[in-house]
Amino acid sequence: MESALVSGLQGLFLGVMNLGWGHVLMILVASGLLYLGIHKGYEPLLLVPIGFGAILVNIPLADMMGKEGFLRFFYDNGVLTEVFPLLIFIGIGAMTDFQPLLENPKIILLGAAGQFGIFLTLLLALAVGFDKLDAVAVAIIGACDGPTAIYVSSKFAPHMLGAVSVAAYSYMSLVPLIQPPIMRALTTEKERKIVMGVVKQPVSKTTKILFPIVVTIFASLLAPKGAPLIGTVMLGNLMKESGVVERLKSASENEIANIVTLLLGLCIGGTMEAGQFLRGQTLLVLALGFIAIGLDTAVGVLFGKAMCFLTGGKINPLIGAAGISAFPMSARVVQVEGQKYNKKSYLLMHAMSANAGGQIGSVIAAAVMLSALQGMGIIGG
Amino acid sequence: MDTWTFGWTLALIGMAGTMLVLWILSLLILLLKKLFPYRPEAPAAERK
Repeated sequence: MESALVSGLQGLFLGVMNLGWGHVLMILVASGLLYLGIHKGYEPLLLVPIGFGAILVNIPLADMMGKEGFLRFFYDNGVLTEVFPLLIFIGIGAMTDFQPLLENPKIILLGAAGQFGIFLTLLLALAVGFDKLDAVAVAIIGACDGPTAIYVSSKFAPHMLGAVSVAAYSYMSLVPLIQPPIMRALTTEKERKIVMGVVKQPVSKTTKILFPIVVTIFASLLAPKGAPLIGTVMLGNLMKESGVVERLKSASENEIANIVTLLLGLCIGGTMEAGQFLRGQTLLVLALGFIAIGLDTAVGVLFGKAMCFLTGGKINPLIGAAGISAFPMSARVVQVEGQKYNKKSYLLMHAMSANAGGQIGSVIAAAVMLSALQGMGIIGG
Repeated sequence: MDTWTFGWTLALIGMAGTMLVLWILSLLILLLKKLFPYRPEAPAAERK
């Protein structure tokens, strides 16, 4: 009886006895994510479940990511199968208004320039010793697009999913801090003061409905490996623009997106187990992710400068910074920066066009990358 | 394929490919706008 009592009491303390410094450190990191999400309001929809998932997975013996663990089930069936990010893409498509881009289509090129950071970071990642597919997963942080980063890293480097996702979402929320110094460093005051004319080219409903269909067929034919990414975004947008499936559109952008965001966040947190996360490689991923978003901004602004030159000074290069996928945050950053130098400058609509281009650009960049990898024989068909 | 051949090939194809696809998309948007131009809805009274 006495020994049974002692054994029973010992069982109560097993968790504490197995608590290592790594678990404690990760619980602190998770608490930091919760603080950023709850107190600072940085991407709370993701950082709160990620932070909580990270706490759960670092409780010794709870085995949340074990073979029959609660988080493992959702991870295996939702993340590894790529279903979660794709369902989120449908919601993103249903929420996105491509009208500013349709009104001013040449601005879409800024959305391509805003993805160059992905490919430049790929080279940096290879230079610091990441192997090929790991480097691809790190570089995709430069898409500045959480679901794309999750889609690619869960496919090719699932062991880095936690670090890549945390970097992607954290830096996206820090865009208002990361972008302005780069924008100022690469432009002259004269350029920042340029007032862009109003582009008012109304778009017919037929064009808005045909746009997602045409993009899906054309882009998927060119980059078939990216068809799931492109197709889901455009399906959501078609539901929005057609106006005939209001219930499906509403479910995609609300109930489905909310449930999947919760489960996805928990699963990402679940990959942040001390043994996996506390490695030098994680710090490198975070550093390279930061560089990737900085490079996106820099190339976008430089491309904006080139367009400014080619159009005889009609384009304010600042809008190039909005060619990333952080929508509509980076468009707002451009508007605020422009207004600092010229109160008569209203760059918001132009920046929104570039930002919508960045949303499509990030998906296209990932699609091109996946198809090139397939063509090079690095990944299977 | 060695690391650097892989890196430069993917970087160049990625940048050029993304730019090319988006440029063609911009042309397709212009084509759609030409084929289906915006027509403001006539006021209700006029339609009668």
